[in-house]
Amino acid sequence: MSEKVLMKGNEAIAEAAIMAGCRHYFGYPITPQTEIAAYMAKRMPKIDGVFLQAESEIAAINMVIGVAATGKRVMTSSSSPGISLKSEGLSYLAGCDLPALVVNVQRGGPGLGGIQPSQSDYWQATKASGHGDFRRIVLAPASVQEMVSLTFKGFDLADKYRMTSMLLADGTIGQMMEPVSLDMGEVTQYDKSWALTGTGRQRKPNIVNSLFLKPEELEQTNFERYDRYAQIEKNEVMYEEYMMDDAEYCVVAFGIASRVSKNVINEARKKGIKVGLIRPITLWPFPKDALLKAADKCKAFVSVELSMGQMIDDIELSIRCKKPVLLCNRVGGMIPTPQDVMNAVEEAVKIGG
Amino acid sequence: MSFSKQVLIAGFGGQGVLFTGKFIAYNGLFEEREVSWLPSYGPEARGGTSNCSVIVSDDPIGSPIVMNPDILIAMNLPSLDKFEDAVVPGGKIFIDSSLIERKVERDDVDVYYIPATQIASDEKLSGSANMILLGNVLKNTDLMPYENVSKVMEKLVPAKRKNLIEINEKAIELGYNF
Repeated sequence: MSEKVLMKGNEAIAEAAIMAGCRHYFGYPITPQTEIAAYMAKRMPKIDGVFLQAESEIAAINMVIGVAATGKRVMTSSSSPGISLKSEGLSYLAGCDLPALVVNVQRGGPGLGGIQPSQSDYWQATKASGHGDFRRIVLAPASVQEMVSLTFKGFDLADKYRMTSMLLADGTIGQMMEPVSLDMGEVTQYDKSWALTGTGRQRKPNIVNSLFLKPEELEQTNFERYDRYAQIEKNEVMYEEYMMDDAEYCVVAFGIASRVSKNVINEARKKGIKVGLIRPITLWPFPKDALLKAADKCKAFVSVELSMGQMIDDIELSIRCKKPVLLCNRVGGMIPTPQDVMNAVEEAVKIGG
Repeated sequence: MSFSKQVLIAGFGGQGVLFTGKFIAYNGLFEEREVSWLPSYGPEARGGTSNCSVIVSDDPIGSPIVMNPDILIAMNLPSLDKFEDAVVPGGKIFIDSSLIERKVERDDVDVYYIPATQIASDEKLSGSANMILLGNVLKNTDLMPYENVSKVMEKLVPAKRKNLIEINEKAIELGYNF
């Protein structure tokens, strides 16, 4: 089935999840991601799946924990304020080593904020999604096609490493339509002998639990988890380089910001500015090595974000502050205009020399 | 010269702004071009001013946000006020002159005044002003060929709502021949 169809980003996530074998969806409506729930409500009953609109985001994430413990593919979706409500459950998912996919179609914050697109949950997604020592795989789609491929990938990585993946989108990518191919190939099956599926009195009961009262034991679970995280940092980094071969200046942007940036890079090249783009696709693990490598040949960096400057910290860390990093940002539901980004690139040229 | 058109459709929620955009986007899909369709969403889509960015191009599309349209379809005065200056020099503006009384002030763009809401009402096609305007766009631009109308309509409107297909096709024809 390679024929392309026009789909909204949110609907593409839902269809991709179903294709990836997800038959359990728990959610609670919130703009700008409600189409995911609406799509699931329509499709799930027809394929013997479960769509359940929970009484709250907190209930939904706890239902996710329940299904995840049985080893079945499960997801929930929300937008920024709703994700905050889920953070306790996200920490429990990590503590129990449970695979699940959580979608955040971000809107402006903090608080109830607004409903227009934003990337201001970057810190929350990559660093502070709940209490305790844990990481989460964070995937940042920049097109409707990537809503499909990264949803697929998110489920796969979650199963592979027994942990939660997050698809971190924004209102623009969620609401827009683009042609997509839904041909994602086979779903890889992973060993789930840990799952709670009933013993049939044939084996010892499995236990899924995040409570370890003995500090030695709890320390050990953390160490083991971080060994897995190290594998992910080594093997699963994804990013796109655009016109980086001869680049003297490097724009770093993900999601909708990367698309605006690409337009600007094309224009800047016409003016003779050698600028390229590194687009992180995994926000955790962050493409540190690619950036550090770029720091050897680029004179300055520009971080284009729909936040007050969150990813910029990771860029500076990755390049070990070897080169100046400028921030080009809009917030509150605003999107940097091509002119905003061009101004920042020209400023980088001035500073970088 | 590779094909690339940026279209902005703007009006009140309920005027079919998003549907008009979808129509153009689906044609782009049929022609195997790169396409993006981006609606305004939230309170705007529920009765306030609504707009829709559509890009159809032979090349990969960067930003889906149309800042400077080649084609502007303005279906109410606030939309014309807001976007008139954004149209590229040499661009085309299509206006529902039943709802917008003023003229375009710029002289570096082509303007088409179509009393679409009036025509729709006279022809008992109420709610189809958007398709009448689109018909006129087809005549005066190379956005999409008229022959594709039936094919796109078939894809976009479910067969069981055959009457809607007929109404929309009639409206496009009226706009095309205006």
